[in-house]
Amino acid sequence: MSTLTSSAADHILKPAAGPNVATVAAVPGTPPVRVRGVVRRFGDRTVLDGLDLDIAPSEFVILLGQSGSGKSTLLRLLGGLDLPDAGRVTVPRQRAIVFQADRLLPWQRVWRNVTIGTSGRDAKATALKVLDEVGLRDRADAWPRTLSGGEAQRVALARALVSDPHLVLLDEPFAALDALTRLRMHDLVRGLRAKHDAAMLLVTHDVDEAIVLADRVIVLRDGRIGAEFPVRLSVEERSHGTARDHLRARLLAELGLDVAKTAGH
Amino acid sequence: MTTTDTGAVPATAPASPPTVGDPARGGAFGALAAENSDAPENSDIFENSVAFENSVAFETFEAAPPRAGRLARRLRSPLGIYTVPLALLILWQVASWRGWLSPSVSASPIEVGRAAVHLWQVGTPSTLGEDLRVSLLRALTGLLVGGAIGAAAATAAGLSRVGEQLFNGPVQILATVPFLALLPVMIMWFGIGDASKIALISISAGIPIYVNLFNAIRGVDARLVEMATAAGASRWRLITRVLLPGALPGALVGFRFALAYSVLGLVVAEQINADSGIGFMIGQAQSYNRIDEMFLGLVLYAILGLSADQIVRLLERLLLTWRPQGKGAAA
Repeated sequence: MSTLTSSAADHILKPAAGPNVATVAAVPGTPPVRVRGVVRRFGDRTVLDGLDLDIAPSEFVILLGQSGSGKSTLLRLLGGLDLPDAGRVTVPRQRAIVFQADRLLPWQRVWRNVTIGTSGRDAKATALKVLDEVGLRDRADAWPRTLSGGEAQRVALARALVSDPHLVLLDEPFAALDALTRLRMHDLVRGLRAKHDAAMLLVTHDVDEAIVLADRVIVLRDGRIGAEFPVRLSVEERSHGTARDHLRARLLAELGLDVAKTAGH
Repeated sequence: MTTTDTGAVPATAPASPPTVGDPARGGAFGALAAENSDAPENSDIFENSVAFENSVAFETFEAAPPRAGRLARRLRSPLGIYTVPLALLILWQVASWRGWLSPSVSASPIEVGRAAVHLWQVGTPSTLGEDLRVSLLRALTGLLVGGAIGAAAATAAGLSRVGEQLFNGPVQILATVPFLALLPVMIMWFGIGDASKIALISISAGIPIYVNLFNAIRGVDARLVEMATAAGASRWRLITRVLLPGALPGALVGFRFALAYSVLGLVVAEQINADSGIGFMIGQAQSYNRIDEMFLGLVLYAILGLSADQIVRLLERLLLTWRPQGKGAAA
């Protein structure tokens, strides 16, 4: 989605008073994600406290933060899974979520899992096309329980991409995978992003993952955006070099980790 | 599996450990032993490693021997779970022959078989055949009516709050009333004919279907429901691809209970005011003091129950192919 056409409808999620969800035509040039003054409380704990965030078309934003900093809470608000207690969230109606667990339906074959949210005649052809993109075309008729963890997460990725979303939200999607599979998934996500041209927001704990994938890294602190780091590095620069090391140290410092002290040398 | 590098073990050291689990570990210690035998003044590391191997219990895992084929397993245990019932049957027969069981308290299996043949042959149409047909028809009709109503109500209640508030209360109350107590009411309402019997069987079959299906729908993993909603699935899609298929294993448990309870309802209904059916046959046998025919009735009920169980097992195998098939379940 390079530009948002006026025909594209957005989904507005507002706090309780009045209609919760409204559909409006977006003004051309508005960012796909607009978050204004969003508050989210759990009991007397305020997790998000007046947070603002814009995400540009086809931007890859990585959300970092310590446990309990509200990363997943924000992602759920953007996904429309929860409503904010105050403030306003505007996101494209065409959006998809990749959860930490694959959340595949065990009683549906792989291709039926992929097309759970789509309508239309050629469901299987559509499914096969995206499964091909994640390299699982030949597993289309398999039962989910026969997949490995990495394969299952790739199916979840295919399920997210099948609807050609303008925004893809990824909630620690690779956290449960082994290091090697995770690296492969990073390559895959980078390739898919180039192809699908969707804005992406990925929540993670992993600073290296953030550096490899991000256009911009956001660190959540005290319910707001504590720090932002635009990342303008080439693929090579992201894997090694002083620029990477410097960024890594700064991100770790933002997360409250003093690298000089903890590294031990 | 044995270690190969133990030749370097000095005479003072204990022999190689009797069980060695890990070839890598055994090899590593062997190499260590070879190294240290050249430098005996520094051998305490080696002594420690031997002590380690001797103080640690090992377990060895290897490929299991090839499993016996289907036929071989069939031959070894030809009757599966029915082996013990058959043994008891033989014991019963022997006990009857030896006179341990008085003919006034029990009929032997062979006598029961003879009674079956006799009752099958007398009358046109066959007395036993007619009783069986009537009983089966009653049970099936009740199961169908009760099952359909129970399943429909449970689906409505499982999918909507309104449905839940509408149906849950009455069903809970109905479930707490022993359905034996309902029989007089049923007879008052539906007469002494088949209608009252079928109504009773319907209630006894419908309740377990309702309770299990309702709980199964509500028990479908909320994360899957959230996923489907987030993926843009319509309400209809959510119901047909997530909620109902997810509730199917629980629904089959309910169906299993329903089959058993419909036989139970049948027994109760046929004991009173019946002029045909297996229950009527037992009642008649009691009046004429025919112990063999009484037992025949019981055997028929047992066969009915066992076939019902087999039907559910077959359904589970056909409908739940996505589940890992349980190992070792016989028959």
